[in-house]
Amino acid sequence: MNEVNHFRRVVLIWLVSSVILTPIVVLAAQGIPPGDGSVQAAGQTTDNGVLLGLSTPVALAVVVFFIYSLVAFRERDTAAVLDGPPVRGHAGVQLWWIVTTTTIVLFLAGYGTVRMLADGAGGGQGPNPIAKPTSSVPALPVQVIAQQWKFTFRFPTYGGVETNHLEIPANRLIAFHVTSLDVIHSFWAYQLGVKADANPGVDNVAYVQTKNPLTFNIHCAELCGVWHGYMFDTGAVVSGLQFASWIAQQRARFAPATKLLPPYAKQYFPDPQHRGG
Amino acid sequence: MSAAGKRLVGVAICAVVVCVLIGLYIGLYLTTSPGDASAAGVAGPNGTNLYLATVAASETTDPHPSWVSYYVVDAKDQNWRHATTFELPANSLVHVTIYQFDGQSGLRNPFIAQATGIIGGTFGLNGKPTVVIGPDTASHIFAIPQMGVSVPLSGVPDSAKNPCANAPCPLSTDHETITFTFRTPGKGLYRWQCFVPCAAGSIQGFGGPMQTVGYMDGFIKVV
Amino acid sequence: MVAVSTPKRPIWQRLIGFNLVSAVVLAIVGWLIGYWIGGRIHAPSLDFFAENGQNDISILLGYLFGVIGFMIGMGFANYPIRRLLGHPPTLAEHESEGEGLSRYFRLCTDHKVVGLQYVVGIGFFFFIGGLNAMFIRTELLNPNSHAFGPNQYLTLVGLHGTMMMGMMTSVILGPFANWLVPLMIGCRRMAFPRIEAFTFWLLMAAGIVLLTTLFFGGFQTGWTGYQPLGGQGTAGYDAYLGFFALVGLSMCLLGLNLLVTIITMRAPGMTWSRLPIFVWSVLATATLMLLAAPMLLAALLMGAFDRAVQTGFYVPGIGGSAYLWQNLFWVFGHPEVYIVALPGFGIVLELLPVFTRKPLWGYRLAVAGMLGVTLLSFFVWQHHLFVSGINADLRPFYMLSTELISLPTGFIFLCAMGTIWRGRIRFTVPMLFCLGWVFNFLIGGISGVFLSDVPSDVTTHGSFFSMAHFHYTIMGGLVFTLFAAIYYWGPKMTGFKFNERLAKIHFWSLFIAFNATFGPLFALGLMGMPRRVVTYPTNLQALNDWVSVSAYVIGLSMLVFLVNLVWSQLFVREPAEANPWNSKSAEWQLPTPVPVHDFDRIPVFDGDPYPYGVPAAPAPVGIAPAGGTA
Repeated sequence: MNEVNHFRRVVLIWLVSSVILTPIVVLAAQGIPPGDGSVQAAGQTTDNGVLLGLSTPVALAVVVFFIYSLVAFRERDTAAVLDGPPVRGHAGVQLWWIVTTTTIVLFLAGYGTVRMLADGAGGGQGPNPIAKPTSSVPALPVQVIAQQWKFTFRFPTYGGVETNHLEIPANRLIAFHVTSLDVIHSFWAYQLGVKADANPGVDNVAYVQTKNPLTFNIHCAELCGVWHGYMFDTGAVVSGLQFASWIAQQRARFAPATKLLPPYAKQYFPDPQHRGG
Repeated sequence: MSAAGKRLVGVAICAVVVCVLIGLYIGLYLTTSPGDASAAGVAGPNGTNLYLATVAASETTDPHPSWVSYYVVDAKDQNWRHATTFELPANSLVHVTIYQFDGQSGLRNPFIAQATGIIGGTFGLNGKPTVVIGPDTASHIFAIPQMGVSVPLSGVPDSAKNPCANAPCPLSTDHETITFTFRTPGKGLYRWQCFVPCAAGSIQGFGGPMQTVGYMDGFIKVV
Repeated sequence: MVAVSTPKRPIWQRLIGFNLVSAVVLAIVGWLIGYWIGGRIHAPSLDFFAENGQNDISILLGYLFGVIGFMIGMGFANYPIRRLLGHPPTLAEHESEGEGLSRYFRLCTDHKVVGLQYVVGIGFFFFIGGLNAMFIRTELLNPNSHAFGPNQYLTLVGLHGTMMMGMMTSVILGPFANWLVPLMIGCRRMAFPRIEAFTFWLLMAAGIVLLTTLFFGGFQTGWTGYQPLGGQGTAGYDAYLGFFALVGLSMCLLGLNLLVTIITMRAPGMTWSRLPIFVWSVLATATLMLLAAPMLLAALLMGAFDRAVQTGFYVPGIGGSAYLWQNLFWVFGHPEVYIVALPGFGIVLELLPVFTRKPLWGYRLAVAGMLGVTLLSFFVWQHHLFVSGINADLRPFYMLSTELISLPTGFIFLCAMGTIWRGRIRFTVPMLFCLGWVFNFLIGGISGVFLSDVPSDVTTHGSFFSMAHFHYTIMGGLVFTLFAAIYYWGPKMTGFKFNERLAKIHFWSLFIAFNATFGPLFALGLMGMPRRVVTYPTNLQALNDWVSVSAYVIGLSMLVFLVNLVWSQLFVREPAEANPWNSKSAEWQLPTPVPVHDFDRIPVFDGDPYPYGVPAAPAPVGIAPAGGTA
């Protein structure tokens, strides 16, 4: 047994297992959430696939190396205390490792940046978004108002009506303006691939380009008090016509409440020390 | 066993005793929540009746005598019980009557001043059919978000001559009476809460009783 | 034990003095004084708390004075007062071995006693934290019925997280660095022995403060304690503030002490390039502790002011910002994550040479890796805030810096791989735990890439995915190396062997149950389950039940460890050899148990710490291995 032999075997096992497993992992990754609910969600699924595909050979390299070494170099003579070769390093291997890992890391950071800037990736971007997806029709603004423990939704382009549930039109760019009236919440529309923290006094914008009609789950994703776990709802992406009739219906239904609302604003500051009686 | 060994065992026994005490301490905390008792609605001819009362402060004997709270009462505002888990039958009408003794606080989001999810779309405020109240006059909200039920409860005006401080409050003190009907869905555990920042003295009025099951929050067991 | 001829005083006389008993008494007295003063300060003009029957000033001052009383009762005020009165400086304080067990219940400046105090003290709170995890999983067995109320559940979540992230921060540096660093670098004590003892008792006071939260209704904010939610909490949140303030102070001082010791007290010949890699990891961690903890203290102080006197640092609308807490907390919090990870790197790289019988491969690279992690960890914190809307333009930078941190971490893996290559590997229990670390930390690191990538983080942030990720790095990383250290150095510290069969059962059950518990949590997170929820969609119940059952197996596995600990250390008491692992490190050349003053004479180091495979290499230190007068 010589050194070259061992190393060649490890590399061979790694190559074979990577070639077999990486495509399988990448294919399987097509099925992982959040799915195809919106352009942003599909982008995240692709992103997860790329990351998984890249990390599979890396993880396999470490795992194969360790399993091989543990089997091949285990001490057979446990009675005697014999030392291994006093190798203290290898400049070439170290350099090679640094170059490889640096390349992977820089690629990941670059890839993530490009993907994020392309369509905002569905994440909250604060009041002045840098990643604005383009669309022929202007984005439909929807304000998401979080409070302990409920989301309400306000449509400034439809008379500032506020609703209890969320419906949005299909194949349309939506701009969620997420804000909070009290503590920090997080608006998570799971199937749409949208997550944006709701901060009091902050207008946090997240874009999503919807696709076909579907229903989606809304969850609060930031611990916001005793009913955090129950702060969920179901929303729907519906056809443009259905949306028009739904919003008209909501405007009629909530006309009394709409009159009481403060004018639409990017953020609201209710009396912070509101003292009850 | 050596002397040191004996001492070590002694220390170990002490440690076990401490552990048991701490286990009890945590266990007791986990299993006791004041006002978490369960109360069933009263069956009536066309559905179940649920009588509740809201007060500015709990009984003086309560662990938190200065906290606002819901109470379960009977039709004549007698027999006060500190319970916020209500047992109701599935798929049936529930007639709720709330005797509201607390003052006005105001809403953080005026949208909630409009009632939703109730039969007929209106609730009775002292007998008068109402859809929406002034957001600043709200004292509490009775809301079951999973059922879509949300009813604003008007507060007793500050100018009231005979306000009630601590529970139990007799009907002779100033109060508002709110009545409404909703239909329960299938069996399950649902939560209800208040949306008015009525927890006096805490940031945004949402501390203490607003975040403690047994005061301004609770469960509805639909059976 | 040799029979002592001096007549023993009755037990009640021995209990009088500065020890745990007087400390508890003075702590209660201090609490009452603080509570009373708070009541006097409490004025109706501060109507923030006037109406809710809660006086945070009293509670906070109660904690402050209670802890001061505890430390005075422990005897920490004696020496400064004596010096003020003109007494000459002395050093040895309760170091004489004749006092036996009682040394462990009072102020003792022997670094080996403090090390053992830390093991037992932190271990105690570790098991309370673990018990909370069992309760959490019990609640999550069923989404539609609740074993506990939502308040109680969230308090459990917060207590578990806070206990683990607070107390366990010091779990390697407290016990093992205090015990080992002087032996490894060849000095007889730490640079500041009284501060060393002080950090331990401060941490114990912190643990008790945290437990009192249940008495005041708990806190429903999780370990991150986000504001302004924290400001709404009942008095239980004051316990959270007090706890983390004490932990932060303890960490800061512990880091300072270790830093000064390592820099100034190395024996002749212990050059920087001869420092054992574990000491390097301690150095890196101590730096992080010293620099990160003050951020936390600042955040906590403002939180306390917000609650007690209505300052509004964190309340938007009256000049505050909810982002402020998030920023300050994570500027502390992300280095904190590496504070718990780095000592694990050191332990793995310290143990691998022993069990592969090879020198550490790539010593300089490993050091560079640790220092690189230390430096970079201060520049990554906003990856916790990727979707929060803060500094959205800077997200590419934080993405890059976060992913860059996998480079120095990769160095550690490369050094581990180089060390086992062509070694003579022995599968002892500590070695098994180190190998467990390799696998767990690999999974933890790779899952971290998903969280550092903004598009992927949008879904995984705040979900069970991130929860699984940090349990892989902290439990799979820190806790596995903690057990490696306990099984490796434990017999040296106590003088008694562990039962190897039980230890192996412990490892295998823990390793399998750990992966069975936290692997599925990645899936749960991707399937849309947020963290810290008391209920969840019913279609996730099967997976959650599987996780809960595996979590119980982790609990059972920990019981196996406890049984082993009690059985082997208290009842069987089979004396450990001086060097059972045939290690060539300095600490193993000393007799077991290690004499009170460690070395008869200060050793001189004349070689690197891992002279494996070098024929007739001299022992790494010039320690006369005999002489151990107990």
